[in-house]
Amino acid sequence: MPFGNTHNNFKLNYKVEDEFPDLSKHNNHMAKVLSKELYGKIRDRQTPSGFTLDDVIQTGVDNPGHPFIMTVGCVAGDEESYEVFKDLFDPIISDRHGGYKPTDKHKTDLNFENLKGGDDLDPNYVLSSRVRTGRSIKGFTLPPHNSRGERRGIEKLSVEALTSLDGEFKGKYYPLKSMTDAEQDQLINDHFLFDKPVSPLLTCAGMARDWPDGRGIMHNDNKTFLVWVNEEDHLRVISMQKGGNMREVFKRFCVGLQKIEEIFKKHGHGFMWNEHLGYILTCPSNLGTGLRGGVHVKLPKLSTHPKFDEILNRLRLQKRGTGGVDTASVGGVFDISNADRLGSSEVSQVQLVVDGVKLMVEMEKKLEKGEAIDSMIPAQK
Amino acid sequence: MASSFSRILTTRRKIGLLSAVGGSVTAGFLMHREHVKAGTPVRRSYPASAEYPDLRKHNNCMASHLTPAIYAKLCDKATPNGYTLDLAIQTGVDNPGHPFIKTVGMVAGDEESYQVFGDLLDPIIKERHNGYNPQTMTHPTDLDSSKIHSGNFDPRYVLSSRVRTGRSIRGLSLPPACTRAERREVERVVVDALAGLKDDLAGKYFSLTQMTDADQQQLIDDHFLFDKPVSPLLTCAGMARDWPDARGIWHNNENTFLVWVNEEDHTRVISMEKGGNMKRVFERFCKGLKEVERLIQERGWEFMWNEKLGYILTCPSNLGTGLRAGVHVKLPLLSKDPRLSKILDNLRLQKRGTGGVDTAAVGGTYDISNLDRLGLSEVQLVQTVIDGVNYLIECEKRLEKGQDIKVPPPLKQFK
Repeated sequence: MPFGNTHNNFKLNYKVEDEFPDLSKHNNHMAKVLSKELYGKIRDRQTPSGFTLDDVIQTGVDNPGHPFIMTVGCVAGDEESYEVFKDLFDPIISDRHGGYKPTDKHKTDLNFENLKGGDDLDPNYVLSSRVRTGRSIKGFTLPPHNSRGERRGIEKLSVEALTSLDGEFKGKYYPLKSMTDAEQDQLINDHFLFDKPVSPLLTCAGMARDWPDGRGIMHNDNKTFLVWVNEEDHLRVISMQKGGNMREVFKRFCVGLQKIEEIFKKHGHGFMWNEHLGYILTCPSNLGTGLRGGVHVKLPKLSTHPKFDEILNRLRLQKRGTGGVDTASVGGVFDISNADRLGSSEVSQVQLVVDGVKLMVEMEKKLEKGEAIDSMIPAQK
Repeated sequence: MASSFSRILTTRRKIGLLSAVGGSVTAGFLMHREHVKAGTPVRRSYPASAEYPDLRKHNNCMASHLTPAIYAKLCDKATPNGYTLDLAIQTGVDNPGHPFIKTVGMVAGDEESYQVFGDLLDPIIKERHNGYNPQTMTHPTDLDSSKIHSGNFDPRYVLSSRVRTGRSIRGLSLPPACTRAERREVERVVVDALAGLKDDLAGKYFSLTQMTDADQQQLIDDHFLFDKPVSPLLTCAGMARDWPDARGIWHNNENTFLVWVNEEDHTRVISMEKGGNMKRVFERFCKGLKEVERLIQERGWEFMWNEKLGYILTCPSNLGTGLRAGVHVKLPLLSKDPRLSKILDNLRLQKRGTGGVDTAAVGGTYDISNLDRLGLSEVQLVQTVIDGVNYLIECEKRLEKGQDIKVPPPLKQFK
């Protein structure tokens, strides 16, 4: 719950050891980094909007985590959080994003023409292609912290921008709080509707407050471009379609994003971005490109090969079940997507997906013929 | 361990205060309801009208009384600890409620909330507590169990008897707002005091953070263990933060007196036993409460209480006595009688299933307890339960003999 700084000042009357959270049973990035000394050093700070250290870490304190899965354990409440609390965020970012240093620069490349190939993934294997990212709107605080007034302001701006799109992006906005039953059913059938967050990772960070006020979904008439407003981030932008033409999906993604950004900039509210962290989002794990580009692909033989995980690792890819994160694969169909977010560009991340999936489909075909694939195993990307 | 607050204690009911002993003397606030200063104004980038919550689909007391005008008046106020209106109403905004069940929809973050947000809380209290007006009325506190009569029920009908209440430690914020340090302070103060209980009240504290598997299993078997709140009514109010830090359960060796620390309130105090001896349960309840109060006062602390609202607890529904006295009672024939609801209503009683609130009755066995909390004393409420349950048992006996029963006239309210 965002208590803000008046409450934080009152807290400073207590000693550090009395306020320092008990993280002895915790396994998340925040718990690894936050020592009592660090807590003591930065607990009196606040961002201009009043977001405090305890606001940043509450989700990580309330969710000790799992021995096998390392969650991040902290969130940003606004753009300035990453600067004001850099003593905490920098080591976490480094740990989570492969050693990314505070002096590193992140490259943004949304020029879809720089992508090589990607339009010829075999549709017999690649069932669908999708690219998603998030965007935060400058001048507003983020979902863990924003007030109802701000959230409504974000929605208003977003609806203006999104409903002014034309061509293949022409579509309609559905606010969650005034959705008809018919609209709701349709959105569920299209797999578009997002629900009130139930994950305590999100609810403990205050992101579900005032639900469903200010939340909604926009999608184009073709149902290939979709934007979520005020869920886990200000905007989540998704481009998707059946089949293996990732190139087309990525083109639509880039063009759509750029059109939307233009409109926001005209209103004096561009996207949050800087040259060190790329696009600023609520969760540190989504910094950089915030991009997850992936396919649903049939790999029944390859997925049971003993070197499958190693191959994925070398290709800088990760696997998920077709229900999304933390689900199991069904019938040998996997969700394969890029593992990285920060330190490489959108084009290069999608390139890894395109090249990597192409290779894995070839391996699958070889295994079908009973041939070995050892010579095809790639070097570390 | 001393903290840097200075605390001046009020006197109540002419109880003298012993000088501070031990190391846990800290300081607090002088409590005069009329003179509480609001804290620093809240950051606002939008006008109140842009921030006013959408309550059109809501059915709770907060939504019924939070007009845009009241919101505008209170939205930039804060208690001295920095608790704000938006924080207080968040649970009611996030939980629209049910058409049949009207929840309260807001909480207090500290003692001062009841004054700083009085323009909203007073009408809510009035609605929830049958017209009790905190501005004009006073609440009677009476923990003299010797005044109870006929408190030993027929054990063929009454399976168990229980009385519970809550107590808050003055000078420390309540569960929706408390910092980790404050919560740990509550635990220290309470556990320190409980360690001083003797004889039939002597017992042991089980911290949730350090519980062994064996202890945990025993507490589950005894039906004592409380779990991390899952109800969104509580989680949206921030009461589950930092779980299980500074939470725990204390109980006496005889398993008849139990204290929960830092769950929904600073403390929940429960006296219970099998069978129908409600008088003894209430005697133990009063004795235990008075002992604990004496022990914390020895150390320079006291309970949150004032003569308008009685004992101050997190939820406005628990103000006054915070007391729920109840029995598990077998009423198979009466449970099928369509007049049961009216009978309970007139007796100022409510029924629940034996699993507690929002559960169904099993085999005609009900949890029967008092409806009221504020405006009547503990003795009055427990006597109401005793008289009411005795009446219900009489009805059941009459039905057993094929005789008819009567709906009793409604009990006089405190007005």
